Amino acid sequence: MDFASVLMIEILGSIAILVLISIGLAVVFGMMKVINMAHGEFLMLGGYVTIYGTNHAGFSFWVSALILAPIVVGLIGLLLEWLVIRHLYGRMIDTMLATWGISLALVGGMTMLVGNTTTGISTPLPSVSIGDFSVSGYVIFLIGLAVAVCALLYALFKLTTFGLLARATTQNADMVAALGGNPRRIYALTFGLGAALGGLGGAALAPLTGVIPTIGASYIAKAFITVISGGSAVIAGNLSASALFGTVGQVFTYIYTPVIGEVALLLTAIVLIRVLPKGITGRFFRRSI
Amino acid sequence: MARFLQSAGLLGILALGMVLPGWLELFTVYEITIYLIMAVLALSLAFVWGKGGIMCLGQAAFFGLGAYAWAVAAINFGPGLPAVAIAIAVPALFAAVLGYFMFYGRINDIYIGVITLAVTLILFNLINSTSGPQYRIGAALLGGFNGMTGVPTVAWPGGMPLDPGEIFRLTVIVLVASVVAIWAYLRTTPGKVAIAVRENEYRAELLGYNVAQSKLITFTLGGALAGLGGCLFANWGAFVSPTIFSLVQSAQIIIWVIVGGRGTLLGPILGCIALQWATTKLGTQQVVQVNLVLGVVLAFFVLVVPQGILPMITKALAAPFARKTKPATTESQA
Repeated sequence: MDFASVLMIEILGSIAILVLISIGLAVVFGMMKVINMAHGEFLMLGGYVTIYGTNHAGFSFWVSALILAPIVVGLIGLLLEWLVIRHLYGRMIDTMLATWGISLALVGGMTMLVGNTTTGISTPLPSVSIGDFSVSGYVIFLIGLAVAVCALLYALFKLTTFGLLARATTQNADMVAALGGNPRRIYALTFGLGAALGGLGGAALAPLTGVIPTIGASYIAKAFITVISGGSAVIAGNLSASALFGTVGQVFTYIYTPVIGEVALLLTAIVLIRVLPKGITGRFFRRSI
Repeated sequence: MARFLQSAGLLGILALGMVLPGWLELFTVYEITIYLIMAVLALSLAFVWGKGGIMCLGQAAFFGLGAYAWAVAAINFGPGLPAVAIAIAVPALFAAVLGYFMFYGRINDIYIGVITLAVTLILFNLINSTSGPQYRIGAALLGGFNGMTGVPTVAWPGGMPLDPGEIFRLTVIVLVASVVAIWAYLRTTPGKVAIAVRENEYRAELLGYNVAQSKLITFTLGGALAGLGGCLFANWGAFVSPTIFSLVQSAQIIIWVIVGGRGTLLGPILGCIALQWATTKLGTQQVVQVNLVLGVVLAFFVLVVPQGILPMITKALAAPFARKTKPATTESQA
């Protein structure tokens, strides 16, 4: 029984990690139809902001991870949107390539700044014992954080004017413009929001993995798979795909190795996309966000 | 006229390639060989993306599989033609299976890009984790992140391995032959269908062509060519490592094609050679990171010169004559 609950927490933890690394990507993709190849680097930047905030600037870990990282990375996202992305709306493939360029440039720039070594930060919470077993308290925090992020996003999209406008812009940007909205500003803010969520995700994962300028590459494949398989509904799609892949990945990781878990995750995704080309929310939960 | 010039140019390059290794220093021969091997890879993407309209961001996967397949096959069966066949067949088969799921699943362009890239990255992780004596295929140790060293060089039927000059000549022949083969293929019916699918998928389908099948063929052929490039690569350095599956490697291929001009075959080859030369030069200094430059180049070209250098130059050269013959520009957006 103890073992079952530990395994359950591990599975929930891997689902939470998937949610945290991919929700920002899902927001940008779902709302703007932009595949942001630089998302992995936003995660990386979030990790660095957290580490520098904690180790050098004297903030507590929680302040740097939960407040500083999303704000700083969100601002960087806004800047990049203004510099590059806004010129390319409606050209999906070009946006994708341009963001890939940004991604490489961010990796190169960070390598110049901090060098090519992994910087670590200690895990801030002690482990929790359940019977004979123990689980990392930080994993439980990640599960809580993922739930909180989804709840806040849901509230943002459902309850605020910005959410209403953002959803309307997704449906028909011209109509929003005709009715006096400003799609350009909404796109910019949405991209900034996606970047901020990436920063938060990277910050939250920094204690688990450490940070190195090239770390984005190890997240980005899983994040893409999750978002594509989820389909265009941001929260429902992301949650359902994360739940599926997190479970598959963690079970296979438990039986074999983490890499086999990753391969199993990919194979599941390819079969899934063959059956449901529009993602999970293309067929199920279609009316959700 | 243009066709004649192109043929004469190719013959010239071929002839130059045959005599060049005798004139140059060994190191230069080595360096140019790798540029040309990568040009084969660039050509494979120019075919799949520029001609077939399939945005494959993970062309490195087939290149890497070709290299690994060569290494494993050459160690197990000796470095002869069977190993070359395996080095082409493995990536082609992989492309066919992956392509089946993607094209028959009617996944759209952008998803194809993402999935092929994700596959490449996961191959990277997979091969990276194979360090340890238990990961072996026959007599070949996979070696994990250390890669496989001491890969045999392709040998003449008599058993004599090729020397660097011969590898250089072989690479030139493969590159020129691939260009000619792609030109010839594009003049056959399946080739024309592939172009039609690129131009307008729905129209091609309404005209009764099997779009998924056409894309699958293009994708598989491109995978085979990339695999051949990978085979040459493993021969060149006698070494393969998981970094050929890395994100930067995948990005470089895209950058070569974008900078050279998607839609053309020669543009990506030129783009590849020029950019590799530039990155090698950049790599010798310590101030600016290569990735930073590559990334800025990619973003710049997408924003400012999306059609690439070669089409821009030909357009500029053709401008004085543009009054007589209106160029039939086919603006293809991937």
